[in-house]
Amino acid sequence: MIKNISNLGDAAVYCDFGVEVNKSINSEVIKYFKALKKENIESINNLTPSYNKLIVSYDLRKTNFREVKKLIENLNVNETQDNNSNKIEIPVCCDDQFSLDIKRLEEKLNISRDKILENFFSKEYFCYMTGFIAGMPFLGDLDENMRVPRLETPRVKVPKGSVALTEQFANIYTFESPGGWNILGNTPVDVFDNSKELEPNLINPGDIVVFKQINLEKYNSYNDK
Amino acid sequence: MTNNFEIIRAGVNTTFQDQGRNNLYHIGIPFSGAMDNRNYSLANKLAGNKLNSPVIEFAYQGPHIKYLGENINIAVTGDIVFKIIKNGTEIDGNCYESYQIESGDEINLISTNKSVYGYLAFGGELDLKFQWNSCSINTKANIGSNNGKKLENGQKVNILNINSDQSKKKTNYINSKVENIRVIKGPNFDYFSEEGKKIFFEKEFSVSKLSDRMGMRLEGPKIENIVNTNIKSEGLLKGVIQVPADGNPIIMLSDHGTIGGYPKIGVVASVDYDRLVQISPGSKIKFKEINLSDAETLFKLYEMDTQNLLNQI
Repeated sequence: MIKNISNLGDAAVYCDFGVEVNKSINSEVIKYFKALKKENIESINNLTPSYNKLIVSYDLRKTNFREVKKLIENLNVNETQDNNSNKIEIPVCCDDQFSLDIKRLEEKLNISRDKILENFFSKEYFCYMTGFIAGMPFLGDLDENMRVPRLETPRVKVPKGSVALTEQFANIYTFESPGGWNILGNTPVDVFDNSKELEPNLINPGDIVVFKQINLEKYNSYNDK
Repeated sequence: MTNNFEIIRAGVNTTFQDQGRNNLYHIGIPFSGAMDNRNYSLANKLAGNKLNSPVIEFAYQGPHIKYLGENINIAVTGDIVFKIIKNGTEIDGNCYESYQIESGDEINLISTNKSVYGYLAFGGELDLKFQWNSCSINTKANIGSNNGKKLENGQKVNILNINSDQSKKKTNYINSKVENIRVIKGPNFDYFSEEGKKIFFEKEFSVSKLSDRMGMRLEGPKIENIVNTNIKSEGLLKGVIQVPADGNPIIMLSDHGTIGGYPKIGVVASVDYDRLVQISPGSKIKFKEINLSDAETLFKLYEMDTQNLLNQI
């Protein structure tokens, strides 16, 4: 349920679902997001679901805060329980040339490389949201003993395809970008493809992701097929 | 014969922009589009185009362009120093006035005058690729026309259709300078100390050189956070003012990242956005608090004013 609805500036509604980050709150956010998206309201410009917030921005020339707030309050969210989440397998290579922060992870977590990989590849991850850069999925939750802070100094360039960790989340850099997450490996898969206008994202909020470790040979030949 | 123009000198940050792209924040793609919406629309109207047509947007130093083809109208908006070169003779150009140019003519957009963005519209249809219904170039994600990259020296751009109405169009418009940028308090306003809040609305900040289409960084007295310098990442919008741990505000602009994790102290009122983006690095900026209903009313008036300007052309 939405705990509070307020304005974010004069052209957006800020729906607050709480302060914690967990699947049940995030599923509520996604439910509202999907319901609003389905309504396809012309005056609404954008919907941004995140861990526990949903921001609805609108064209101030066509509507206003009062109208959009009312619309959200009267939204029938139960009708749209098509929680059709996909399960997606992402191959990841953790060769030394890709796992740029493995030493740092070993030191910070005080567990061996093998144990880190074993833990990372044994779990299913839930996609809370996508964004920051196009298509980047925020996946959770890592086990308590796998949680590390961001790098003290972010990298200017994180290679495309990097699979990285911070706190309770894993993400995938969909293209080369600055970034401060701890890099564990690299995927040969295009997680964001801007030539596909309808479905540019491989992973969407609500989806389940499993990572599968591949060796360098398989990584190199992955896109030859 | 194909009508085209050649970029002799690309300029500093020259891109194609239009009205931007909607409904993509949830996958991480920002709105983009022309930074100064009023000047963008005026450029199109003066060139005889539909208001949402693609134009060339430039920052500080604009491009130098050579045109080849049938006669075409062009218009420049913003606060721009530019020349039109016909048969080796330079003519001083005026903003907010259309010019008919002929094959071989050149347009040299020398600089913006104490402002940031300017617009050049060709009276015709540029041959550009559209992605998600917009040609707007987002150089960070390489989305939009020109493979999502800035315009470069030597490249040529075709013009598919030329508007038949090439009568002179003109309007008198002077870009007003803003003294205060009006801001609505953000959801994390109370994360900041009483002193910090006071500084935010009472002191001057200066615009940093590190500003671009993604964001405007400010420098000045530090705004102290007394709750938490991070929030759980959530959506951003253009105009949102985030204050990271260093206490220096950053205002999100049209190519901003779609989510962010710094506390939001405020949001720039829509009425002041066009003027905000034109404040150049080194200039001073001061914020003034406004409530939602005043912000809505002022935006309506601003839009009516824009419509009147367009209707006069």
